[in-house]
Amino acid sequence: MTQLALVIDLNVCVGCHACVTSCKEWNTSGEAGFMADDNPYGRDPTGTFFNRVQTFEVGEFPDTQTVHFPKSCLHCEDPPCVPVCPTGASYKRPEDGIVLVDYDKCIGCKYCAWACPYGVRELDEHQKVMKKCTLCVDRITDTKLPESERKPACVLACPTNARLYGDIHDEESIVSKAIREAAGYQLMPEWGTKPANHYLPRRPAAAPASGAISAANPLDIDGPMPQATEARS
Amino acid sequence: MNPAFSVVFLTTLIGAGQGLFLAMVGVEAAAAALWLDAPGTAFYVTGSVLSVLLLGGGLLASFFHLGHPERAWRAIAMWRTSWLSREVIVLPAFIAAVALYGRLHQMDHDATLAMAGLGVLLCLLLFWCTGMIYACIKFLQEWATQLTLVNFTLLGSASGLMLAAALSALRGDGHAEVLAGWALGLTFAGFFTRGAALLRNDRLRPKSTLQSAIGVNHPRVVQKSQGFMGGSFNTREFFHGRGPGTLRAVKWLFLVAGFILPALLAASYLDGGSNWKLVAATLIQFGGLVAERWFFFAQANHPQNLYYQAVS
Repeated sequence: MTQLALVIDLNVCVGCHACVTSCKEWNTSGEAGFMADDNPYGRDPTGTFFNRVQTFEVGEFPDTQTVHFPKSCLHCEDPPCVPVCPTGASYKRPEDGIVLVDYDKCIGCKYCAWACPYGVRELDEHQKVMKKCTLCVDRITDTKLPESERKPACVLACPTNARLYGDIHDEESIVSKAIREAAGYQLMPEWGTKPANHYLPRRPAAAPASGAISAANPLDIDGPMPQATEARS
Repeated sequence: MNPAFSVVFLTTLIGAGQGLFLAMVGVEAAAAALWLDAPGTAFYVTGSVLSVLLLGGGLLASFFHLGHPERAWRAIAMWRTSWLSREVIVLPAFIAAVALYGRLHQMDHDATLAMAGLGVLLCLLLFWCTGMIYACIKFLQEWATQLTLVNFTLLGSASGLMLAAALSALRGDGHAEVLAGWALGLTFAGFFTRGAALLRNDRLRPKSTLQSAIGVNHPRVVQKSQGFMGGSFNTREFFHGRGPGTLRAVKWLFLVAGFILPALLAASYLDGGSNWKLVAATLIQFGGLVAERWFFFAQANHPQNLYYQAVS
C-alpha cells in the first residue's frame, strides 16, 4: 500500500519561504479555485495557506540554534480529522494515502480543524470550505508533465533540497532511506496519529579542523542524537 | 478555543428544550404512578410547544456555524464514524418526537406514555451525541472526559426543569413545587459535577509541548516567528484573545448565575415565595449556562496553539 509523504530535513532548511510561495502560487491557480488572499499589502494581511515556515530558537543566548520549521498537512496514517467529518468531505485516499477535502461536499463546520492537533487545516474565508495541503495531487498525478516534475510544488521549489517526496511504505524510496538513515521522526507522536510526513533532526556540525570543540552546543543538552535504525517492518 | 456563539446557543438551547421534555415526562410518569395529580392537557401542550421552540432555536443557531448552510443535509452521511453526524440525525428526530408527544396529548391519545419513552430515549441519545462531539477529541484534554457528557446532561436538564417549574407556577397547576424541587436537585448535582470538571482541568498537564510539536528535545525552545505577520484561520479560530482575568470572571459568573442564585431562588420559592422567583431563577440560570458554555470553549487549549506563539 502506498503512502505518499514529505520528509523535511531541519538540518538543511534555511527558512527562505520558497516552499510557501510556490505552494500558494500553484494551488491558487488550480481548478479548485483561488485561495483567499485579503489585504496582501495592507495593515492586516490574511489568507489561506497550505504550508508555513516557522522559526524557533533552541537554547539560551548566546548558545542558541535557529531552527526553521516548515509545517503543512502531515497526511497522517490514522488521521483524526477524517472520521469526525459529518459529510464525508474529508477523506484519505486508499490508493496513495493523501488526505483530501472534497470542496463540493464540505459544509464548513470546522470540526475537522478542531480535530487536527497540528493546525494544518484552514477555512477559506471566501469559498467557506476547509482547505489543506493536497500534496499537489493535481500535479503529482498529471501524466502530461515530465516525470521529474511530478512532485509537489514545494519540493521542486526548495533551493536546498530540504524537502524530499516519496512513498514511505516503499523500503527503497528516497524518503524511507532518509527516515532510516537520518533517524526521521514524527510530530506529536503522543496522539497516535502516525503522521506520514517525517522530519530529519538537526545534526552537530563536523568538528573544525583545529580540533576545537564547541563547548556549548545546544544539541549537547538535547541528549544523545537519535540513532539511525535498521529497515522498518 | 475561540467560543462560537452559534454553538454556545445550540448546546444551551437544546439542553433546555431536552430538560423541559424530561420534566413533562417526569410529571406524566409520576401522575401515572398516582404520586401526583394529572396536570391537565394544557401543561403538556404548552410544554411541548416551548420545547420544540427551544430545540428549533438551537437547530437554527447551529446553521450560523456553517460556511455552507445550504449543504447541511449532507451531514447525515457519516453517522458510522462522526458524533456530529449522529447529532444531526438525532436532533430533528427528537424534535419530531416532542412535537408528536404534544400532539398526542392534545388529542388525549392513550399512547402518550409510549411516546414519552421513545422521546426519553432520543433525548438521552442527543445528550450523548452532543457531549461526545467534544469529549471524543482526545487532545482537547479539557473536553476529553466523561464529565463532559455528565455536565451537558445535568446542566441542560436543570435549566429545562427550572423552566418547567416556572411554567407550572405561572399556570398555577399545582406542580411547581415538585418541579422546583427536581430542578434544585439537578442544579446541585450539576454544580458538583461541573465543579469536579473545573478541579480536574486545573490540574491538567498538557501532553503536547513545544518540544514534541517540533521534535526538538532541548528544554528551552522559543518561537521567534509563526511565519506570517497578519492573522490566519489558526490565530482566529483557536485563540479567544481574552486575558486570564476575563476567564476567571466568567467562571465565577457562571458558578453564581448558573447554580448558586437559581438554587437560592428555587429554595426560597419552595419556602413559600412568589412565582416570579422561579421565573427569575430560569432566566438567570439560562444566562449563567450560556456563560458556562462560553467558558467551556474558551478553557479548551488546542495543541495547535503551540505553533502560533509569536508573530515575528
